[in-house]
Amino acid sequence: MTTVLAGYVLALADDALVAAQRMGEWIARAPQIEEDVALGNIALDLLGQARSLLTYAGSLHTPVRTEDDLAYLRDEHEFRNVHLVERPNGDFGVAMARLLVLSTYQCELYDRLRTSTDPTLAAVAAKAVKEVDYHRDHATQWVLRLGDGTEESRHRMQAALDAEWPFVAELFDGSYVDAALLGAGAAVDPGGLRPAFDHRIAGVVAEATLTLPDVGPAAGGGRRGEHTEAMAPLLDELQGVARAHPGATW
Amino acid sequence: MTTPTVGTAGSAEWRIAASVLDPEVPVLTIEDLGILRSVDVDAGGVVTVTITPTYSGCPAMEAIRDDILAAFTAAGRDAVRVEFVLSPAWTTDWMTETGRRRLEEYGVAPPARGGERLAGPGAVAITLSVRCPQCGSPDTRELSRFGSTACKSLWVCSSCREPFDHFKTI
Repeated sequence: MTTVLAGYVLALADDALVAAQRMGEWIARAPQIEEDVALGNIALDLLGQARSLLTYAGSLHTPVRTEDDLAYLRDEHEFRNVHLVERPNGDFGVAMARLLVLSTYQCELYDRLRTSTDPTLAAVAAKAVKEVDYHRDHATQWVLRLGDGTEESRHRMQAALDAEWPFVAELFDGSYVDAALLGAGAAVDPGGLRPAFDHRIAGVVAEATLTLPDVGPAAGGGRRGEHTEAMAPLLDELQGVARAHPGATW
Repeated sequence: MTTPTVGTAGSAEWRIAASVLDPEVPVLTIEDLGILRSVDVDAGGVVTVTITPTYSGCPAMEAIRDDILAAFTAAGRDAVRVEFVLSPAWTTDWMTETGRRRLEEYGVAPPARGGERLAGPGAVAITLSVRCPQCGSPDTRELSRFGSTACKSLWVCSSCREPFDHFKTI
């Protein structure tokens, strides 16, 4: 039970950690200085959530692994994040499409996880739900502004949504969640979050005068440690300093 | 709503911990901010101070821990531990009246009340006007939903034209 719980927690942690890393790449490259600050703050929230979850996942290991062990010393195939969060950054529309998808999913996830029978997960979720709700609101405002904006912004917002949509399905594929965890009320079945997610996204997309993409899902596999070619360079940057100077503190 | 403090308020140890200032908003003590949760002393005299972060990624937690330890050292107490808890999740409703007043005097518009109700995807936030801490005008607008720290957003006053921070309500 401890091992399957650690695996579940790691999946949630890695989504947050890798999303934070990608989001952080935007700092000093966003279209406005306020947006640099916004994306930096969102990345910081995600990193904070990742740290709590990684610390918890590491505590379930024997011997205990620290959050730094897990963030810096695992290899690519040991990461359990979905492909959506590791994809390279595109234009700002892509960033907002991806943030809308991720935060809407996380909002539903953490809202339900607040009542998890696992007290640590419940505590992390109760904290995180307020943060991701704010992220969702931020992404929503941009999708509305860009979608219902100029011809160019509308075109690019639609293209962004179309590009990210194949990576939505993986978020809701619950095959990585052990049945025992669901039975014990510790984990949330991500498949059950899909109707609420679809409802919310459809509302935003319609209001933004955009069209919900009609595309099939990508291959997925992130939860099994199978990643896209974008993952290795991301980890190289995330882990480079820690690996070059083992045991260093700062 | 869970009360922010337990029956340890008022003790000598509580007062030492409660004197520590928040490094990001140095007019507020950690008690004013509502992040000081409890101060317990065990039979052996070991003090355990429990604090909670405002946001999951709050980068000030380590600095606050060091400041708490330093405050106890200055008071001649060395047997002190600082623990972090996430639950129950912090809300701006835990900010004290003194804290709200000090924030406003410092030039930061305090949070609205009722942050506790806003948690979750079903909640509907009703944004009332934020009063300018400089001139008191309610004629203000939000410039950016994110400010200099995770806990603040950036506003500008249409009357006196001054920009100001608003402590976000959560």
